[in-house]
Amino acid sequence: MSQQEKLLEIKNLTVHYATVDGTVRAVENLNLSVDAGQTLGLVGETGAGKTTTVKTIMRILPVPPSIIKNGEILYKGEDLLKKSQKEMRSIRGEKISMIFQDPMTSLNPVLTVGDQIKEAIELHTKVNKRKAFELAGDMLETVGIKRDRANDYPHQFSGGMKQRVVIAMALACNPELLIADEPTTALDVTIQAQVLELMKRLKVQYNTSMIMITHDLGIVAEICDYVAIMYAGEVVEYGTREDVFLRAQHPYTKGLFTCIPDMYSDDNRLIPIRGLMPDPSNLPSGCKFHTRCDYKCERCEKEEPSVVEVSSGHYVKCFFALPQNVASSKVSVKMPV
Amino acid sequence: MKLLEVKNLKKYFATKNGLLHAVDGVSLEIKKGETLGLVGESGCGKSTIGRLVIRLLEATEGEILFEGKDLAKLNKEEMRRMRCKMQIIFQDPYASLDPRKNVFESIAEPLRVQKVYSDKKELERHIYELMETVGLAQRLANSYPHELDGGRRQRVGVARAIALDPVFMVLDEPVSALDVSIQAQILNLLQQLQKEFDLTYLFISHDLSVVKHISDRVAVMYLGKLVEVSNYKAIFKDPLHPYTQALLSAVPVPRIDVQREKIILEGDVPSPINPKPGCRFAGRCRYCEEVCKTETPPLREISQDHFVACHFPGNRV
Repeated sequence: MSQQEKLLEIKNLTVHYATVDGTVRAVENLNLSVDAGQTLGLVGETGAGKTTTVKTIMRILPVPPSIIKNGEILYKGEDLLKKSQKEMRSIRGEKISMIFQDPMTSLNPVLTVGDQIKEAIELHTKVNKRKAFELAGDMLETVGIKRDRANDYPHQFSGGMKQRVVIAMALACNPELLIADEPTTALDVTIQAQVLELMKRLKVQYNTSMIMITHDLGIVAEICDYVAIMYAGEVVEYGTREDVFLRAQHPYTKGLFTCIPDMYSDDNRLIPIRGLMPDPSNLPSGCKFHTRCDYKCERCEKEEPSVVEVSSGHYVKCFFALPQNVASSKVSVKMPV
Repeated sequence: MKLLEVKNLKKYFATKNGLLHAVDGVSLEIKKGETLGLVGESGCGKSTIGRLVIRLLEATEGEILFEGKDLAKLNKEEMRRMRCKMQIIFQDPYASLDPRKNVFESIAEPLRVQKVYSDKKELERHIYELMETVGLAQRLANSYPHELDGGRRQRVGVARAIALDPVFMVLDEPVSALDVSIQAQILNLLQQLQKEFDLTYLFISHDLSVVKHISDRVAVMYLGKLVEVSNYKAIFKDPLHPYTQALLSAVPVPRIDVQREKIILEGDVPSPINPKPGCRFAGRCRYCEEVCKTETPPLREISQDHFVACHFPGNRV
């Protein structure tokens, strides 16, 4: 992929939290990129550093306790970490916006939803109040809510409707990058399906790039083009959706697939990943996954594996990662699924 | 053999806007040793059923027969003894454990309440045995809930529940608050315990893939009523109720090699307060006809052991 096509590029990002119990290494040496018009799925369990990463992109992480130790976040070639808060204000909402997990807590309960959407439009475009309110009504219609509900308050909407309002607000200024942090986790399945369908449609309509944080591989399969699997603050595997779903190589990625029940198979065996996520203030040496890995060897405990490009654009951080053409013959011996 | 039988169970809550029909005429039975999965979306009444069948809530109407005995007719003392046989595990182990009791005390509590042991040593031995059974290391005996992670907390919940050798357990979203890798550990533990102690489960969940994994039979609920009941294979391979069909198609599946038709339901679940007559699902159903708006379809046996509450079961595009 050539340099110009990358909308967002994160290089060697390291974020720590200074706490009374010691330094929490939330994100370590993270590298990621998002291409224009593409959706990147950021997958990992609680404490993997997904939310810290995107909050750093938005620069909404409180400093202190967080410390951005190292790294660059290049948005169209410009480093967001070097921007002043004033410059960031013109980027947030207009160029990059974010949707949070719980729509109930991200809306202001004492303002009507129309006013809340209008606020974003007024801040970033030069239109008068009446026009802004009209545009807010347009946005509501885009997400499937009738325009005359603009004067209602958040509590008058159901959970799914509230999340639609939040999406309308995030897309009101037509951002180039939308960050969605578990946008459907708080919703019921049938409502989740509605919201996912809406997001897919809007992505095409506005050609927005997206970073989708989720722990649900089903959502990734449905909506993402690229996938990054995070574990203990690092990306352990990155590739296209096909790379990760059909040709996963990292033991953690494979473990994530074998520990969830499959609705389309009668094989009723779950293979859990043993043990627990390591404490981020006391991470293991070497490969951070070695404490839970079934294939670890002595080297994994001492040395940190480097990232291997196993096929074009498919990266794996594991000593046993093998280039694709020999993978089928050799890896199956070492790492049976 | 039937272990639990529920007949025409109703639970109404009085709210300032009218009667909330949380559970509205549910009949079902659970055989000894099986797992009945109860699925539905938030507010459909599945947790209310879980609480009703072990009498944590009193039913408005209906019968609950446990081992043939009507639970509603038992007095306080008889019910207390009966509770040894029926236990519940809740969704959020952090909220259901006493923050001021350590692991040992938490597990000891049911045994003390029922006065199982008079000898301290025996009590201790039993508790350490239980901890081993559920996979908790002995060194954690003095830890408090806030020091444990979600998976271990849920293991404490499981240990408490099996302490009195129950025959029946209500599992109310026992893995929903856990990360996927931990979820698998707890699901495996529950299945292993079921085999070992010949337990009967009522497994309540909104997660269909988990329900399919663990259940022998599945009951689908919508707005206080059962819409479909059958064995898990029939429900997942050949769903007959339009709601079950939509619910199944809405689940994101972590596979990219399966092509599926998606049924996107419009609108939200209507309010359970003073519901309209007719089929509860009529407003969102794509096969809705006049009769659906006026007549409530009863739960009928369409084929062997496959019950559906729909005027036009098996409709498909």
